[in-house]
Amino acid sequence: MACIDARGLRKAYKTTIALDGVNLRVEEGRIVGLIGPNGAGKTTALNAILGLIPYQGDLRVLGRDPWMERDRLMRDVCFISDVAVLPRWITVSQALGYVAGVHPRFDGRKAESFLAKTTIGRASKVRELSKGMVAQLHLALVMAIDARLLVLDEPTLGLDILYRKQFYDSLLNDYFDRGRTIVVATHQVDEIQNVLTDVMFMNRGRIVFNCGIEELQSRYREVLVRPEQLTAARALKPMSERQVFGRNLLLFDGANREQLEALGEVRTPSIADLFVAMLGHQVANIAQAQGAAR
Amino acid sequence: MSTQTNAVPEAPLQSQVSAPAAISAAQLLIWSVRREFWEHRSLYVAPLAATGLFLAGFLVGLTRLPGKMRAAMALDAAHQQAAIRQPYQFLELLLMGTMLIVAVFYCIDALHGERRDRSILFWKSLPVSDVTTVLAKASIPLVILPLITVAITVVTQWVMLLLSSVVLLGSGGVATLWRNLPMFQMSMGLLLHLLGVHGLWYAPFYGWLLLVSAWARRGAILWATVPLLAVGMVERIAFNTSYFATVLLYQFSGGPEGAAFIPNHMAMNPLEHVSLVKFVRSAGLWPGLAVTAVFLAAAIRLRRYREPM
Repeated sequence: MACIDARGLRKAYKTTIALDGVNLRVEEGRIVGLIGPNGAGKTTALNAILGLIPYQGDLRVLGRDPWMERDRLMRDVCFISDVAVLPRWITVSQALGYVAGVHPRFDGRKAESFLAKTTIGRASKVRELSKGMVAQLHLALVMAIDARLLVLDEPTLGLDILYRKQFYDSLLNDYFDRGRTIVVATHQVDEIQNVLTDVMFMNRGRIVFNCGIEELQSRYREVLVRPEQLTAARALKPMSERQVFGRNLLLFDGANREQLEALGEVRTPSIADLFVAMLGHQVANIAQAQGAAR
Repeated sequence: MSTQTNAVPEAPLQSQVSAPAAISAAQLLIWSVRREFWEHRSLYVAPLAATGLFLAGFLVGLTRLPGKMRAAMALDAAHQQAAIRQPYQFLELLLMGTMLIVAVFYCIDALHGERRDRSILFWKSLPVSDVTTVLAKASIPLVILPLITVAITVVTQWVMLLLSSVVLLGSGGVATLWRNLPMFQMSMGLLLHLLGVHGLWYAPFYGWLLLVSAWARRGAILWATVPLLAVGMVERIAFNTSYFATVLLYQFSGGPEGAAFIPNHMAMNPLEHVSLVKFVRSAGLWPGLAVTAVFLAAAIRLRRYREPM
């Protein structure tokens, strides 16, 4: 059974189509990065997966229909989002008590031991904590839940780099194992790319690219081409070309490695570079047309 | 903490198949109600503050108690009782009024605040259904606040009675005081009045407020009141009648049978079966509860669709 199985997922708002027939399948034990420009439909897709919004099409998460069975599903699914904020009036100990009270898979000791490594006081209210501390608290709550699927939607937005690094480190070292699945949508691609097992690019309400990291690393090559080889390199039909420090950086899909090494310095492109190469030219148009839609 | 990866079961797939210890519906409801008290501290702060103010005034008034008592003892039985009970009933009315105000503001905010502060997605990310959440919120004005009000009132009345007794020890009149204050009957009468009239008869009003709270994006208090006025006005203009207003007033008055539950009018035995049966069978009660059920069902459905604002 796939962890997430969506076929022809559609969601239209009054003036925009947020999801335009999304097909996606996430197997158990994967860490999937969902990457796309603003308004690509990432948040809408994740909200549908979490049963927070109604949708058209076929969607199963852990074998359940999220819209009809949200409360049951949430026993096995956790969610951290930039927008799913902890209420400002709640104290740390109230939050721990409440989640322990309503969640059958919550282990209070795990949350306590995670919080012990922070400077968060039990009596503090969320409104008194810094944004980074709130994220730590939310992560402590979520990591103490023995969930099968963790959905992260821009979980580190607005955090400084130390908190961001610590966030993903904790997640990987203390939380992730083969039985869990993580889906993370973010703009800060560089920080998570060595964490992911799969990458999905989303654009205009569709999944436009879906690839395992290993395949991605063996298939795509970036070459810092020597000036005298430029014509030869261009003849190999690169996906994109850009200038770096006065030299030309060409991105190739599936080209022969030895052939490329003759042209210049070969390296593996970052996900961000790949994303820009694939979608960069479209994004400018979308930004104008669809800016507000999410 | 680094041992945590080792602590994860060897065969996670199997551990996932086994059902976790289920959390009972009652426990979910209790935690949901507790959460309301964390968020809306006015639920208990307001009645306690009102009680504090009242007691301060009462303490000052104690100095004049012996004189008042002597005057009361000269009156006939009915007037004597009225004079002695007066501060105790004033307290009841004060806390009842406080409760009404607190309940109205609570209901208006109950399903609005969580969207305004964007915490609704956090609540929805936990395994608590919309039904449980809305019912927990509805139970606050319908059951919990009346019980709190009764508890505070009764405790305060005993404090008043004991303080008065101590003051009167020297000057006399303790027996008269206690004879005119049947504490158990007063408490039971208050309990029935608050649960019956404020809980059951007012339920449609609270249901309406919760519905508006779930629906409105802003100005919930206006959406809660203006449509009611508008309906009344349209009816007045179109048909020159005022049935709608009459129905609202009837409901708010607690109905003719509901009046039997106002403590002042209580028979000496408040558990008298006749009035209870009459109350349960009274015409306005059940349609009102049916309307409440419709409002709450709509609020539950709305909350399912609701996102942060």
